[in-house]
Amino acid sequence: MAHVLSLRCRECSREYPVEPLNVCEFCFGPLEVVYDYETINRVVSRERIEAGPRSMWRYADFLPADYNPRTDINAGFTPLIRSRNLAEELGLNELYIKNDSVNPSYSFKDRVVAVASAKALEFGFKTIACASTGNLAGAVAAHAARAGMEAYVFIPADLEAGKVLGAAIYDAAIVAVDGSYDDVNRLCSELADRYPWAFVNINVRPFYADGSKTLGYEAAEQLGWRAPAHAVAPAASGAMFTKIWKGLNEFADVGLIDGPVETRMHLAQAAGCAPIAEAYADGRLIIKPVKPNSVAKSLAIGNPADGYYALKTIEASQGSAVIVAEHEVAEGAKLLARTEGIFTEAAGGVAVSALKRLAESGAIGRDESTVVYITGNGLKTVELVQDVVRPIHISASVDAFEAAVDARVS
Amino acid sequence: MSVTVRIPGPLRRFTNNADKVQVEPGDLGAVIGELDSQFPGIRERILDEDGAMRYFVNVYLNGEDVRFLEGLETAVSAGDEVSIVPAVAGGA
Repeated sequence: MAHVLSLRCRECSREYPVEPLNVCEFCFGPLEVVYDYETINRVVSRERIEAGPRSMWRYADFLPADYNPRTDINAGFTPLIRSRNLAEELGLNELYIKNDSVNPSYSFKDRVVAVASAKALEFGFKTIACASTGNLAGAVAAHAARAGMEAYVFIPADLEAGKVLGAAIYDAAIVAVDGSYDDVNRLCSELADRYPWAFVNINVRPFYADGSKTLGYEAAEQLGWRAPAHAVAPAASGAMFTKIWKGLNEFADVGLIDGPVETRMHLAQAAGCAPIAEAYADGRLIIKPVKPNSVAKSLAIGNPADGYYALKTIEASQGSAVIVAEHEVAEGAKLLARTEGIFTEAAGGVAVSALKRLAESGAIGRDESTVVYITGNGLKTVELVQDVVRPIHISASVDAFEAAVDARVS
Repeated sequence: MSVTVRIPGPLRRFTNNADKVQVEPGDLGAVIGELDSQFPGIRERILDEDGAMRYFVNVYLNGEDVRFLEGLETAVSAGDEVSIVPAVAGGA
Protein backbone atom coordinates (compact mmCIF):
# COMPACT_ATOMS: atom_id res chain seq x y z
CA MET A 1 0.00 0.00 0.00
CA ALA A 2 1.15 3.51 -0.78
CA HIS A 3 2.28 5.27 2.38
CA VAL A 4 0.06 8.30 1.90
CA LEU A 5 -1.72 10.18 4.67
CA SER A 6 -3.45 13.11 2.96
CA LEU A 7 -3.06 16.05 0.63
CA ARG A 8 -1.87 19.35 2.04
CA CYS A 9 -1.73 22.89 0.67
CA ARG A 10 1.85 23.90 0.22
CA GLU A 11 1.00 27.51 1.05
CA CYS A 12 -1.55 27.51 3.89
CA SER A 13 -1.14 23.89 5.10
CA ARG A 14 -4.87 23.08 5.00
CA GLU A 15 -5.36 19.33 4.76
CA TYR A 16 -7.49 17.50 2.22
CA PRO A 17 -8.43 13.85 1.78
CA VAL A 18 -6.69 11.72 -0.87
CA GLU A 19 -8.92 12.67 -3.80
CA PRO A 20 -8.51 14.00 -7.33
CA LEU A 21 -7.81 17.59 -6.25
CA ASN A 22 -4.93 19.86 -7.14
CA VAL A 23 -5.55 23.26 -5.60
CA CYS A 24 -6.47 24.51 -2.17
CA GLU A 25 -9.97 25.92 -2.26
CA PHE A 26 -8.99 28.65 0.19
CA CYS A 27 -5.83 30.12 -1.28
CA PHE A 28 -5.53 28.25 -4.61
CA GLY A 29 -2.10 27.02 -3.52
CA PRO A 30 -0.89 23.69 -4.87
CA LEU A 31 -1.77 20.52 -2.98
CA GLU A 32 1.01 18.10 -2.17
CA VAL A 33 0.96 14.49 -1.10
CA VAL A 34 1.70 13.95 2.58
CA TYR A 35 3.58 10.71 3.16
CA ASP A 36 3.83 8.52 6.20
CA TYR A 37 7.58 8.87 6.53
CA GLU A 38 7.61 6.97 9.80
CA THR A 39 6.47 3.84 7.98
CA ILE A 40 8.62 4.53 4.94
CA ASN A 41 11.64 4.95 7.18
CA ARG A 42 10.90 1.62 8.84
CA VAL A 43 10.42 -0.44 5.69
CA VAL A 44 12.93 0.93 3.18
CA SER A 45 16.50 -0.19 2.74
CA ARG A 46 19.05 -0.24 -0.04
CA GLU A 47 18.64 -4.02 -0.25
CA ARG A 48 14.86 -3.80 -0.61
CA ILE A 49 15.20 -1.29 -3.44
CA GLU A 50 17.95 -3.26 -5.18
CA ALA A 51 15.80 -6.39 -5.07
CA GLY A 52 12.90 -4.52 -6.68
CA PRO A 53 11.84 -4.36 -10.32
CA ARG A 54 14.13 -2.75 -12.88
CA SER A 55 11.74 0.15 -13.29
CA MET A 56 10.75 3.20 -11.25
CA TRP A 57 8.48 0.92 -9.20
CA ARG A 58 11.54 -0.22 -7.26
CA TYR A 59 10.83 3.03 -5.34
CA ALA A 60 7.16 2.21 -4.78
CA ASP A 61 7.50 2.91 -1.05
CA PHE A 62 8.00 6.59 -1.94
CA LEU A 63 5.24 6.86 -4.55
CA PRO A 64 1.64 7.97 -4.01
CA ALA A 65 0.01 5.17 -6.02
CA ASP A 66 0.15 1.41 -5.67
CA TYR A 67 1.89 -0.55 -8.40
CA ASN A 68 -0.69 -1.75 -10.90
CA PRO A 69 0.41 -4.13 -13.68
CA ARG A 70 -2.56 -2.94 -15.75
CA THR A 71 -0.94 0.44 -16.36
CA ASP A 72 2.74 -0.54 -16.19
CA ILE A 73 4.81 -0.16 -19.36
CA ASN A 74 8.11 -0.28 -17.48
CA ALA A 75 8.92 3.37 -17.04
CA GLY A 76 12.15 4.45 -15.44
CA PHE A 77 15.38 2.88 -14.24
CA THR A 78 17.00 4.30 -17.33
CA PRO A 79 20.78 4.27 -17.79
CA LEU A 80 23.11 6.64 -15.97
CA ILE A 81 26.09 6.80 -18.29
CA ARG A 82 29.55 7.96 -17.31
CA SER A 83 30.56 10.44 -19.98
CA ARG A 84 34.05 10.30 -21.48
CA ASN A 85 34.01 12.39 -24.63
CA LEU A 86 31.62 15.13 -23.62
CA ALA A 87 33.30 15.31 -20.20
CA GLU A 88 36.67 15.72 -21.86
CA GLU A 89 35.37 18.35 -24.24
CA LEU A 90 33.92 20.32 -21.33
CA GLY A 91 36.91 19.79 -19.05
CA LEU A 92 35.03 17.76 -16.46
CA ASN A 93 36.29 14.62 -14.75
CA GLU A 94 33.08 13.16 -13.40
CA LEU A 95 30.11 13.76 -15.66
CA TYR A 96 27.11 11.44 -15.89
CA ILE A 97 24.27 11.49 -18.38
CA LYS A 98 20.88 10.40 -17.10
CA ASN A 99 19.46 9.13 -20.36
CA ASP A 100 15.72 9.31 -19.86
CA SER A 101 15.10 9.43 -23.60
CA VAL A 102 14.91 5.62 -23.60
CA ASN A 103 11.71 5.38 -21.60
CA PRO A 104 8.82 3.41 -23.18
CA SER A 105 7.36 6.51 -24.87
CA TYR A 106 10.79 8.13 -25.14
CA SER A 107 10.67 10.79 -22.47
CA PHE A 108 10.72 11.23 -18.68
CA LYS A 109 6.97 11.82 -18.83
CA ASP A 110 6.43 8.08 -18.53
CA ARG A 111 7.46 8.43 -14.89
CA VAL A 112 4.75 10.91 -14.00
CA VAL A 113 2.11 9.19 -16.08
CA ALA A 114 2.98 5.81 -14.58
CA VAL A 115 1.88 7.22 -11.23
CA ALA A 116 -1.02 9.28 -12.61
CA SER A 117 -2.52 6.41 -14.61
CA ALA A 118 -2.28 3.98 -11.69
CA LYS A 119 -3.87 6.58 -9.42
CA ALA A 120 -6.57 7.37 -12.00
CA LEU A 121 -7.56 3.70 -12.08
CA GLU A 122 -7.56 3.63 -8.29
CA PHE A 123 -9.93 6.62 -8.30
CA GLY A 124 -12.18 4.87 -10.79
CA PHE A 125 -11.60 7.11 -13.83
CA LYS A 126 -12.15 5.59 -17.27
CA THR A 127 -10.58 8.42 -19.27
CA ILE A 128 -7.24 10.13 -18.84
CA ALA A 129 -6.37 13.45 -20.42
CA CYS A 130 -3.66 16.08 -20.41
CA ALA A 131 -2.45 19.41 -21.68
CA SER A 132 0.87 18.70 -23.32
CA THR A 133 3.84 20.26 -25.06
CA GLY A 134 4.29 16.88 -26.74
CA ASN A 135 6.12 14.41 -24.57
CA LEU A 136 3.28 14.08 -22.10
CA ALA A 137 0.84 13.41 -24.95
CA GLY A 138 2.77 10.29 -25.91
CA ALA A 139 3.13 9.10 -22.34
CA VAL A 140 -0.56 9.53 -21.57
CA ALA A 141 -1.62 7.84 -24.79
CA ALA A 142 0.73 4.90 -24.26
CA HIS A 143 -0.31 4.30 -20.67
CA ALA A 144 -3.99 4.63 -21.60
CA ALA A 145 -3.53 2.00 -24.30
CA ARG A 146 -1.95 -0.37 -21.80
CA ALA A 147 -4.63 0.31 -19.20
CA GLY A 148 -7.54 0.06 -21.61
CA MET A 149 -8.56 3.63 -20.82
CA GLU A 150 -9.67 6.34 -23.18
CA ALA A 151 -7.19 9.15 -23.74
CA TYR A 152 -7.69 12.77 -24.75
CA VAL A 153 -4.54 14.76 -25.30
CA PHE A 154 -4.64 18.51 -25.88
CA ILE A 155 -1.67 20.06 -27.68
CA PRO A 156 -0.75 23.39 -29.26
CA ALA A 157 -1.62 23.14 -32.97
CA ASP A 158 1.95 23.98 -34.06
CA LEU A 159 3.60 20.99 -32.34
CA GLU A 160 6.33 18.98 -34.05
CA ALA A 161 4.97 16.20 -36.28
CA GLY A 162 6.92 13.49 -34.45
CA LYS A 163 5.30 14.33 -31.16
CA VAL A 164 1.81 14.31 -32.61
CA LEU A 165 2.45 10.98 -34.29
CA GLY A 166 4.00 9.65 -31.08
CA ALA A 167 0.65 10.11 -29.35
CA ALA A 168 -1.69 9.33 -32.24
CA ILE A 169 -0.16 5.90 -32.81
CA TYR A 170 -1.63 4.72 -29.49
CA ASP A 171 -5.11 5.63 -30.75
CA ALA A 172 -5.58 8.61 -28.45
CA ALA A 173 -7.92 11.45 -29.35
CA ILE A 174 -5.62 14.33 -30.27
CA VAL A 175 -7.06 17.80 -29.80
CA ALA A 176 -4.89 20.42 -31.54
CA VAL A 177 -5.70 23.80 -30.03
CA ASP A 178 -4.97 27.14 -31.70
CA GLY A 179 -2.59 28.97 -29.41
CA SER A 180 0.33 28.31 -27.08
CA TYR A 181 0.68 25.65 -24.40
CA ASP A 182 -0.57 28.21 -21.89
CA ASP A 183 -3.80 28.54 -23.88
CA VAL A 184 -4.12 24.75 -23.99
CA ASN A 185 -3.51 24.53 -20.27
CA ARG A 186 -6.10 27.20 -19.49
CA LEU A 187 -8.66 25.39 -21.62
CA CYS A 188 -7.91 22.08 -19.92
CA SER A 189 -8.18 23.66 -16.46
CA GLU A 190 -11.70 24.75 -17.42
CA LEU A 191 -12.57 21.40 -18.98
CA ALA A 192 -11.34 19.55 -15.89
CA ASP A 193 -14.26 21.11 -14.02
CA ARG A 194 -16.75 19.82 -16.58
CA TYR A 195 -15.62 16.34 -17.53
CA PRO A 196 -15.23 13.37 -15.19
CA TRP A 197 -11.75 12.68 -16.50
CA ALA A 198 -8.36 12.31 -14.87
CA PHE A 199 -6.44 15.26 -16.30
CA VAL A 200 -3.04 14.01 -15.24
CA ASN A 201 -1.46 17.43 -14.79
CA ILE A 202 -4.54 19.12 -13.38
CA ASN A 203 -6.81 17.22 -11.01
CA VAL A 204 -4.35 14.33 -10.51
CA ARG A 205 -1.34 16.63 -10.46
CA PRO A 206 -0.21 16.15 -6.84
CA PHE A 207 0.22 12.41 -7.45
CA TYR A 208 1.47 12.76 -11.01
CA ALA A 209 4.20 15.26 -10.20
CA ASP A 210 5.75 12.99 -7.57
CA GLY A 211 6.59 10.48 -10.29
CA SER A 212 9.52 12.75 -11.14
CA LYS A 213 11.03 12.19 -7.70
CA THR A 214 12.30 8.91 -9.15
CA LEU A 215 14.75 10.92 -11.30
CA GLY A 216 16.44 11.92 -8.05
CA TYR A 217 16.29 8.46 -6.49
CA GLU A 218 17.73 6.75 -9.54
CA ALA A 219 20.63 9.11 -9.97
CA ALA A 220 21.52 8.61 -6.30
CA GLU A 221 21.26 4.82 -6.44
CA GLN A 222 23.15 4.58 -9.75
CA LEU A 223 25.94 6.79 -8.40
CA GLY A 224 26.46 4.19 -5.68
CA TRP A 225 24.05 5.67 -3.12
CA ARG A 226 25.19 9.26 -3.08
CA ALA A 227 23.96 12.59 -4.36
CA PRO A 228 25.96 14.37 -7.08
CA ALA A 229 27.65 17.71 -6.46
CA HIS A 230 25.66 19.23 -9.33
CA ALA A 231 22.51 18.41 -11.27
CA VAL A 232 21.57 20.16 -14.51
CA ALA A 233 18.01 19.83 -15.75
CA PRO A 234 15.77 21.58 -18.25
CA ALA A 235 12.61 23.27 -17.00
CA ALA A 236 9.22 24.09 -18.46
CA SER A 237 6.75 24.25 -15.55
CA GLY A 238 9.64 23.65 -13.15
CA ALA A 239 7.91 20.69 -11.49
CA MET A 240 10.41 18.03 -12.54
CA PHE A 241 13.28 20.21 -11.36
CA THR A 242 11.77 20.60 -7.89
CA LYS A 243 10.99 16.88 -7.66
CA ILE A 244 14.56 15.79 -8.44
CA TRP A 245 15.61 17.85 -5.43
CA LYS A 246 12.79 16.44 -3.34
CA GLY A 247 13.78 12.89 -4.28
CA LEU A 248 17.39 13.41 -3.25
CA ASN A 249 16.32 14.94 0.04
CA GLU A 250 13.85 12.18 0.85
CA PHE A 251 16.63 9.64 0.33
CA ALA A 252 18.80 11.55 2.78
CA ASP A 253 15.94 11.95 5.26
CA VAL A 254 15.41 8.20 5.50
CA GLY A 255 19.13 7.47 5.58
CA LEU A 256 19.52 5.82 2.17
CA ILE A 257 22.21 8.37 1.33
CA ASP A 258 24.28 10.66 3.53
CA GLY A 259 22.75 14.03 4.30
CA PRO A 260 22.45 16.89 4.13
CA VAL A 261 22.13 16.88 0.36
CA GLU A 262 24.58 19.40 -1.06
CA THR A 263 23.69 19.00 -4.73
CA ARG A 264 23.58 22.33 -6.52
CA MET A 265 20.52 22.35 -8.75
CA HIS A 266 20.99 24.14 -12.08
CA LEU A 267 17.91 24.94 -14.14
CA ALA A 268 18.13 25.31 -17.92
CA GLN A 269 15.82 27.24 -20.24
CA ALA A 270 16.10 28.57 -23.78
CA ALA A 271 16.02 32.31 -24.41
CA GLY A 272 12.71 32.18 -26.29
CA CYS A 273 10.89 30.99 -23.19
CA ALA A 274 12.79 31.50 -19.95
CA PRO A 275 10.39 32.95 -17.38
CA ILE A 276 11.99 31.04 -14.49
CA ALA A 277 15.59 31.73 -15.45
CA GLU A 278 14.79 35.41 -16.09
CA ALA A 279 13.30 35.73 -12.61
CA TYR A 280 16.47 34.14 -11.21
CA ALA A 281 18.65 36.56 -13.17
CA ASP A 282 16.62 39.49 -11.82
CA GLY A 283 16.69 38.15 -8.26
CA ARG A 284 12.89 37.84 -8.20
CA LEU A 285 10.81 35.02 -6.73
CA ILE A 286 7.79 36.21 -8.70
CA ILE A 287 7.45 34.87 -12.23
CA LYS A 288 6.49 37.24 -15.02
CA PRO A 289 4.65 35.17 -17.62
CA VAL A 290 6.03 35.35 -21.15
CA LYS A 291 4.73 34.53 -24.61
CA PRO A 292 6.87 31.59 -25.72
CA ASN A 293 8.79 31.82 -28.98
CA SER A 294 11.34 29.04 -28.80
CA VAL A 295 12.52 26.06 -30.83
CA ALA A 296 12.48 24.13 -27.55
CA LYS A 297 8.76 23.50 -27.73
CA SER A 298 8.73 20.91 -24.98
CA LEU A 299 9.89 23.69 -22.64
CA ALA A 300 7.59 26.37 -24.04
CA ILE A 301 5.49 27.12 -20.98
CA GLY A 302 5.21 30.87 -20.57
CA ASN A 303 3.35 30.73 -17.27
CA PRO A 304 5.08 27.95 -15.32
CA ALA A 305 2.99 26.54 -12.48
CA ASP A 306 6.00 25.53 -10.39
CA GLY A 307 8.23 28.44 -11.32
CA TYR A 308 8.13 29.85 -7.82
CA TYR A 309 9.08 26.51 -6.26
CA ALA A 310 11.81 25.97 -8.83
CA LEU A 311 13.30 29.30 -7.77
CA LYS A 312 13.06 28.23 -4.13
CA THR A 313 14.84 24.99 -5.04
CA ILE A 314 17.67 26.93 -6.69
CA GLU A 315 17.92 29.08 -3.58
CA ALA A 316 17.88 26.13 -1.16
CA SER A 317 20.46 24.20 -3.13
CA GLN A 318 22.69 27.19 -3.94
CA GLY A 319 22.26 26.36 -7.58
CA SER A 320 21.59 28.61 -10.53
CA ALA A 321 19.54 29.10 -13.66
CA VAL A 322 21.01 29.30 -17.12
CA ILE A 323 19.50 30.85 -20.24
CA VAL A 324 20.91 29.39 -23.45
CA ALA A 325 20.55 31.17 -26.78
CA GLU A 326 18.09 29.72 -29.26
CA HIS A 327 20.86 28.57 -31.61
CA GLU A 328 22.46 26.67 -28.72
CA VAL A 329 19.43 24.36 -28.48
CA ALA A 330 20.27 22.46 -31.65
CA GLU A 331 24.00 22.83 -30.95
CA GLY A 332 23.58 21.12 -27.59
CA ALA A 333 21.65 18.25 -29.14
CA LYS A 334 24.32 17.83 -31.82
CA LEU A 335 27.14 18.02 -29.27
CA LEU A 336 25.61 15.23 -27.19
CA ALA A 337 24.99 13.07 -30.26
CA ARG A 338 28.49 13.64 -31.62
CA THR A 339 30.29 12.96 -28.35
CA GLU A 340 28.17 10.34 -26.60
CA GLY A 341 25.96 8.68 -29.20
CA ILE A 342 22.77 9.92 -27.53
CA PHE A 343 20.18 11.65 -29.66
CA THR A 344 18.05 14.00 -27.62
CA GLU A 345 15.23 16.38 -28.38
CA ALA A 346 15.31 20.12 -27.90
CA ALA A 347 15.03 20.01 -24.09
CA GLY A 348 18.16 17.86 -23.91
CA GLY A 349 19.93 20.32 -26.18
CA VAL A 350 19.04 23.07 -23.72
CA ALA A 351 20.41 21.00 -20.81
CA VAL A 352 23.68 20.17 -22.58
CA SER A 353 24.28 23.77 -23.65
CA ALA A 354 23.56 24.94 -20.11
CA LEU A 355 26.01 22.35 -18.79
CA LYS A 356 28.61 23.64 -21.23
CA ARG A 357 28.16 27.19 -19.98
CA LEU A 358 28.38 26.07 -16.34
CA ALA A 359 31.58 24.16 -17.04
CA GLU A 360 33.11 27.05 -18.98
CA SER A 361 32.27 29.61 -16.31
CA GLY A 362 33.73 27.43 -13.58
CA ALA A 363 30.37 27.17 -11.77
CA ILE A 364 30.94 23.42 -12.08
CA GLY A 365 34.47 22.57 -11.00
CA ARG A 366 36.60 20.03 -12.88
CA ASP A 367 36.41 17.35 -10.21
CA GLU A 368 32.83 17.85 -9.06
CA SER A 369 30.41 15.04 -9.84
CA THR A 370 27.64 16.21 -12.16
CA VAL A 371 24.48 14.64 -13.54
CA VAL A 372 22.86 16.14 -16.61
CA TYR A 373 19.27 15.10 -17.25
CA ILE A 374 18.38 14.17 -20.83
CA THR A 375 14.63 13.99 -20.70
CA GLY A 376 13.44 13.24 -24.21
CA ASN A 377 14.33 11.52 -27.48
CA GLY A 378 15.67 13.28 -30.55
CA LEU A 379 13.49 11.39 -33.00
CA LYS A 380 10.57 13.42 -31.67
CA THR A 381 11.98 16.71 -32.93
CA VAL A 382 13.86 15.92 -36.13
CA GLU A 383 12.98 19.40 -37.47
CA LEU A 384 15.44 20.86 -34.97
CA VAL A 385 18.50 19.23 -36.49
CA GLN A 386 17.42 18.57 -40.06
CA ASP A 387 20.53 20.33 -41.36
CA VAL A 388 22.76 17.41 -40.31
CA VAL A 389 21.35 15.42 -43.21
CA ARG A 390 23.91 15.92 -45.96
CA PRO A 391 24.28 12.56 -47.66
CA ILE A 392 27.02 11.89 -50.17
CA HIS A 393 24.78 11.17 -53.14
CA ILE A 394 26.34 8.99 -55.81
CA SER A 395 25.48 6.56 -58.54
CA ALA A 396 25.93 2.89 -57.70
CA SER A 397 29.52 2.51 -58.86
CA VAL A 398 32.89 2.15 -57.18
CA ASP A 399 34.29 4.98 -59.29
CA ALA A 400 31.56 7.33 -58.17
CA PHE A 401 32.18 6.48 -54.54
CA GLU A 402 35.93 6.93 -54.83
CA ALA A 403 35.50 10.25 -56.59
CA ALA A 404 33.14 11.40 -53.87
CA VAL A 405 35.49 10.31 -51.08
CA ASP A 406 38.44 12.01 -52.76
CA ALA A 407 36.41 15.19 -53.00
CA ARG A 408 35.45 14.91 -49.34
CA VAL A 409 38.97 14.42 -47.96
CA SER A 410 40.71 16.87 -50.24
CA MET B 1 -25.39 43.27 -22.58
CA SER B 2 -23.44 42.17 -19.57
CA VAL B 3 -20.12 40.48 -18.89
CA THR B 4 -19.91 36.74 -18.36
CA VAL B 5 -17.59 35.53 -15.60
CA ARG B 6 -16.56 31.89 -15.57
CA ILE B 7 -16.23 30.52 -12.04
CA PRO B 8 -13.78 27.69 -11.30
CA GLY B 9 -14.80 24.65 -9.26
CA PRO B 10 -13.15 25.78 -6.00
CA LEU B 11 -15.18 29.04 -6.00
CA ARG B 12 -18.58 27.66 -6.92
CA ARG B 13 -19.69 27.27 -3.36
CA PHE B 14 -19.91 31.07 -3.38
CA THR B 15 -22.07 31.11 -6.51
CA ASN B 16 -24.58 28.40 -5.57
CA ASN B 17 -22.66 26.11 -7.90
CA ALA B 18 -23.13 28.33 -10.94
CA ASP B 19 -20.19 27.99 -13.33
CA LYS B 20 -21.05 31.25 -15.13
CA VAL B 21 -22.40 34.49 -13.69
CA GLN B 22 -23.26 37.88 -15.22
CA VAL B 23 -21.94 41.25 -14.08
CA GLU B 24 -21.90 44.80 -15.47
CA PRO B 25 -18.99 46.13 -17.57
CA GLY B 26 -16.26 48.21 -15.95
CA ASP B 27 -12.59 47.68 -15.31
CA LEU B 28 -11.54 44.30 -13.96
CA GLY B 29 -11.24 45.61 -10.40
CA ALA B 30 -14.85 46.84 -10.60
CA VAL B 31 -15.98 43.52 -12.08
CA ILE B 32 -14.45 41.67 -9.14
CA GLY B 33 -16.04 44.21 -6.78
CA GLU B 34 -19.46 43.60 -8.27
CA LEU B 35 -18.89 39.87 -8.15
CA ASP B 36 -18.23 40.22 -4.43
CA SER B 37 -21.41 42.22 -3.84
CA GLN B 38 -23.40 39.44 -5.54
CA PHE B 39 -21.42 36.67 -3.85
CA PRO B 40 -19.89 38.00 -0.63
CA GLY B 41 -16.48 36.57 0.20
CA ILE B 42 -15.39 35.73 -3.33
CA ARG B 43 -13.20 38.83 -3.66
CA GLU B 44 -10.73 37.79 -0.98
CA ARG B 45 -10.22 34.50 -2.77
CA ILE B 46 -9.09 36.31 -5.90
CA LEU B 47 -7.30 39.31 -4.38
CA ASP B 48 -4.95 39.41 -1.40
CA GLU B 49 -5.06 41.77 1.59
CA ASP B 50 -3.36 44.49 -0.45
CA GLY B 51 -5.89 44.19 -3.24
CA ALA B 52 -3.42 42.58 -5.65
CA MET B 53 -4.26 39.44 -7.61
CA ARG B 54 -3.38 36.33 -5.66
CA TYR B 55 -0.29 34.53 -6.85
CA PHE B 56 -2.02 31.24 -7.60
CA VAL B 57 -4.97 32.69 -9.54
CA ASN B 58 -4.99 33.49 -13.23
CA VAL B 59 -7.63 35.79 -14.69
CA TYR B 60 -8.27 35.87 -18.42
CA LEU B 61 -10.22 38.34 -20.54
CA ASN B 62 -11.51 36.60 -23.66
CA GLY B 63 -8.74 34.04 -23.25
CA GLU B 64 -5.90 36.53 -22.72
CA ASP B 65 -4.06 36.56 -19.38
CA VAL B 66 -4.81 39.99 -17.85
CA ARG B 67 -1.19 40.26 -16.78
CA PHE B 68 -0.44 40.81 -20.49
CA LEU B 69 -3.17 43.49 -20.51
CA GLU B 70 -3.67 46.14 -17.83
CA GLY B 71 -4.13 43.84 -14.85
CA LEU B 72 -6.97 44.98 -12.60
CA GLU B 73 -7.31 48.16 -14.68
CA THR B 74 -8.09 46.19 -17.83
CA ALA B 75 -11.33 47.47 -19.38
CA VAL B 76 -14.05 44.82 -19.52
CA SER B 77 -16.80 45.56 -22.03
CA ALA B 78 -20.30 44.26 -22.61
CA GLY B 79 -20.16 40.82 -24.21
CA ASP B 80 -16.68 40.05 -22.88
CA GLU B 81 -15.90 36.87 -21.01
CA VAL B 82 -13.74 36.83 -17.89
CA SER B 83 -12.35 33.48 -16.74
CA ILE B 84 -10.96 32.86 -13.28
CA VAL B 85 -8.69 29.83 -13.36
CA PRO B 86 -6.48 28.28 -10.67
CA ALA B 87 -2.85 28.74 -11.69
CA VAL B 88 -1.46 25.45 -10.51
CA ALA B 89 -1.90 23.17 -13.47
CA GLY B 90 0.10 21.76 -16.29
CA GLY B 91 3.66 20.79 -16.96
CA ALA B 92 5.57 18.39 -14.83
